[in-house]
Amino acid sequence: MASVTAPAAGLKVKPKVSRDDWTMRAFMGVIGLYLLVALALPLYAMFSKSLETYSFHLDQVEFQVDEGAGWGPTLNALTLGEELGKFSRDDQASSAGSQIQVTEFFPDFSFLSETKYRVRLLSSGIGRIQAGGEAITDTNWHEFSSNDFRRVSIRPGESTGFTNYLDYFSTPALFTSIFNSLTIAIISTLVTVTLAFIFAYALTRSCMRFKGVFKMIAMVPILVPSLLPGIALVYLLGKQSLAIRILEWIFGQETVAFLWPLLVNGPYGPSEVYGPVGIVIASVFFTFPHALLIIITALSIADARLYEAAIALRAPKPKIFRTVTIPGARYGLISAAFVVFNLVITDFGVPKVIGGQYNVLAVDIYKQVIGQQNFQMGAVVSMVLLIPALFAFSIDRIVQKKQVALLSARAVPYEPKPSKGFDSLMFAYCCLMAVFILGILGVCQFAALIKFWPYDLSLSWNNYNFDVMDGGGWESYGNSIRMALYTAVIGTVVVFTGAYMVEKGRGFGTGRAAFQMVAMMPMAIPGMVLGLAYIFFFNDPANPLGVIYGTMAILVICTVTHFYTVSHLTAVTALKQMDPEFEAVSQSLKQPFYKMFLKVTVPVCLPAILDISIYLFVNAMTTVSAVVFLYSPDTTLASVAVLNMDDAGDIAPAAAMGMMIFYTNAGVRILHAILTRGLHVRTQAWRAR
Amino acid sequence: MAEGEGQAGRPAYLKITDLTKSFGTFMALKDISLEIFEGEFVCFLGPSGCGKTTLLRAIAGLDIQSTGRVEQAGRDISALPPSERDFGIVFQSYALFPNLSVSRNIAYGLENRKAAKADIEARVTELLELVGLPDQGNKYPAQLSGGQQQRIALARAIATSPGLLLLDEPLSALDAKVRVHLRHEVKELQHRLGITTVMVTHDQEEALTMADRIVVMNHGVIEQIGTPLEIYRDPATSFVADFIGTMNFVPASVAGADRARIGGLELNCALNGLDAGQEITLAVRPEDIVVRDVVANEPNSFEAVVADMEFLGSFFRAELTGPEMGEARLRADLSINLVRRLELSEGQSIRIMIPAEQIRIYPAGARDG
Repeated sequence: MASVTAPAAGLKVKPKVSRDDWTMRAFMGVIGLYLLVALALPLYAMFSKSLETYSFHLDQVEFQVDEGAGWGPTLNALTLGEELGKFSRDDQASSAGSQIQVTEFFPDFSFLSETKYRVRLLSSGIGRIQAGGEAITDTNWHEFSSNDFRRVSIRPGESTGFTNYLDYFSTPALFTSIFNSLTIAIISTLVTVTLAFIFAYALTRSCMRFKGVFKMIAMVPILVPSLLPGIALVYLLGKQSLAIRILEWIFGQETVAFLWPLLVNGPYGPSEVYGPVGIVIASVFFTFPHALLIIITALSIADARLYEAAIALRAPKPKIFRTVTIPGARYGLISAAFVVFNLVITDFGVPKVIGGQYNVLAVDIYKQVIGQQNFQMGAVVSMVLLIPALFAFSIDRIVQKKQVALLSARAVPYEPKPSKGFDSLMFAYCCLMAVFILGILGVCQFAALIKFWPYDLSLSWNNYNFDVMDGGGWESYGNSIRMALYTAVIGTVVVFTGAYMVEKGRGFGTGRAAFQMVAMMPMAIPGMVLGLAYIFFFNDPANPLGVIYGTMAILVICTVTHFYTVSHLTAVTALKQMDPEFEAVSQSLKQPFYKMFLKVTVPVCLPAILDISIYLFVNAMTTVSAVVFLYSPDTTLASVAVLNMDDAGDIAPAAAMGMMIFYTNAGVRILHAILTRGLHVRTQAWRAR
Repeated sequence: MAEGEGQAGRPAYLKITDLTKSFGTFMALKDISLEIFEGEFVCFLGPSGCGKTTLLRAIAGLDIQSTGRVEQAGRDISALPPSERDFGIVFQSYALFPNLSVSRNIAYGLENRKAAKADIEARVTELLELVGLPDQGNKYPAQLSGGQQQRIALARAIATSPGLLLLDEPLSALDAKVRVHLRHEVKELQHRLGITTVMVTHDQEEALTMADRIVVMNHGVIEQIGTPLEIYRDPATSFVADFIGTMNFVPASVAGADRARIGGLELNCALNGLDAGQEITLAVRPEDIVVRDVVANEPNSFEAVVADMEFLGSFFRAELTGPEMGEARLRADLSINLVRRLELSEGQSIRIMIPAEQIRIYPAGARDG
């Protein structure tokens, strides 16, 4: 044998880390740190907040009174309170901000009297006594004149535990939202996936005309905030229904006047549009393109040979559909279902606008935080909302992996054959869907241009006069565009660099795997939850990073983080398509990694980089949930303005602003298409295969 | 062993000592020791998964070994990252940068070295001529054929005049004809430049035609190191015998001093004093079986029946059985010429002879066939 077998267990070789490796690790460390600060720590802060409970400990507070004859007997606050019928031992739970004025314990108190009071805590760490600007936490007696005593109050003590959760699950008004959220999410999922499947089937398996146009129309909802379909439905089916006007126009006023009361009092009456029906319709609208894209991919990978085999075996068409089409697309269908489920259950815009009294989790968070200032309960609802979101996310990840495995198999692409009846049927269906989608937009545009619906139908630009409305005016539109641009530029740099380090780094395997895992997390975190977590983390006075609170920076950071995962996956996919040996060659030629990165990786991945930036821009323009807690008077945003104007009853201006967002996004999309095409022409020489 | 034959006293240029590589519990390389001399063309040959690419990547520093030493030109490079080693590398995928022109691909490693622009251009022109593509500098890789792309990859790898050239299955992605042509060119170029070269391949023909020495690997160990002729004529293990070329393996037993028994047959062969009765495996190459002019009482000759004849283009491969051989079957390569002259056909009986010096002996159970 050749090898001179030296059995000596050789020393483990410790690879020397090159300067490039160090630089790359430093980069990855910085971006990892970013994700830690922008994601992990805020979520942790929120979790701790959900465990925070406040309660008064009146039995631990004692008073003494001196009415001129020396200090009287020691009085226990709880005993006093119970005697007065004001407080009881079982009723001391509180929220962070509550307080009890000490004077409440002394009904005959007068700040003009000469009486002196003193107060003490029996033990420390169970709350505090606030005397004007001074906080008392020790156990000594503190003396006050009557005049000062009226400014003394008892503050609750803070403790950690699951009390908030117990409260949540014992309050029907709160926990019924779980069932409501699940109900609308499941129904919307079933409807959307069915509609999207037929649409995708038409696009991939029929020979109908205008496929490109239909696909483009189907993508429109991505460009608008989810508030918009809600607003459109209010116009269409709400109390001043546009639908009635159309019906009247078609069937005559009298017929409708006769039929309308039947409808109004029936299950589809206009008041019913506020609630589950409206939520489902609007949810279908805004989740449709997401489901469609996934299902189109699933149907496009069909192997023609399977169909040929089935036909050769004389299988009837329904059987082919059942045994070939559906199984081939099953991962896509499952994946689409969970994506839609996740979008609906975490969405805030639709139920906010059209939910009425129908409470869902995402709106509950908003109500708890903005309406009641109960941050702890907001945190609890957020934690509850995380569970279905995480669940749907994990299933989707597992299924996506299997889909990828199907993709890599070598298949002969399926070519549909013309069939007049089927093609016409599919064409009719797609027209119907296109009318639905464009109709929603059309209604909003119509609403935005009408002077005063339904009384003055003349056209005017009045509703675009945002500066006289709530929500920040035209400035918020400018802010939104600035925010979207920052997000697109900074986000793309951060995401692509991070993905490059993960994908092409050398050694440091655990670090890279951990980074990859963290990068996947944002997709599972609902926007509301992320936004609320940011309040807890960045608004903490002890946090030096708090300086960014209320600035444009926090909006950009939050938005980049919120949409990190999809961008990261796009970048990773593009990088994976590059020859893995490029880095090896570059190293062997002793060139620094950044030369490779800038001269080869970035130019080759430019289409993907453009995709990422457009994705970030469009989403930054439309997102409400992630930023609704974080904007300040100086950084109002267009999407939030839609929400606030709608809230204030200025529905037409809300629709107008929503359409501004749509036109901006559509314009940017077109610009993107032109850029991509130009790029394609310029680089054709080397991309050609 | 053949290692270092004719190189005695010369210091090795690349010296690998006790190298192992494990991925988790899987040992991809076990105790590899190897010396490669300056100017040599060495091939790592073996089936997929044998560890040949892993060894190459360890030499390059791309996947550093778990234990063991790698020395290049007297310098211990065991733990160094690729950028601190001295080699050029060519991959099966070419790994040409798609967005850079051919010239800029070749110039890639020359930049950032304080070389004048004109010098770089001159070097690129020189290299383009060297690989026989003088006019292709302004094209992009995608506009070239596979063979041309591989030549550019080669030019890029040698542009900086590295001390060691590593080739990872460089010809595997090419058409058969281009491959044969490029084989010759690469070898000639290597010879001209005198650059020490290590090539990984699973193609034995490639290894046999190009290499000065071949390292045959299997399951993470080196089975044999030797010149192509040594490896072919004198395979050290039954794996090598089977992997390189075609080999008949026949179960046999030791009948006496330098006598082996197959079925009812006794053959002369060198047994190096194995004990009588011991089970062994006897191996002989199909082309070494003599069919022509075998006389009746010639040693090692016997009657066989042509059970089957397979036409393989330039020759026939005949499958031989016979009462004397018992269960054993032998494959023999017969030239078309010979078959025509002897008017051989299936079912026919012929007398064949196995020259004693062409018989190789391996332990029992090796490569049952």
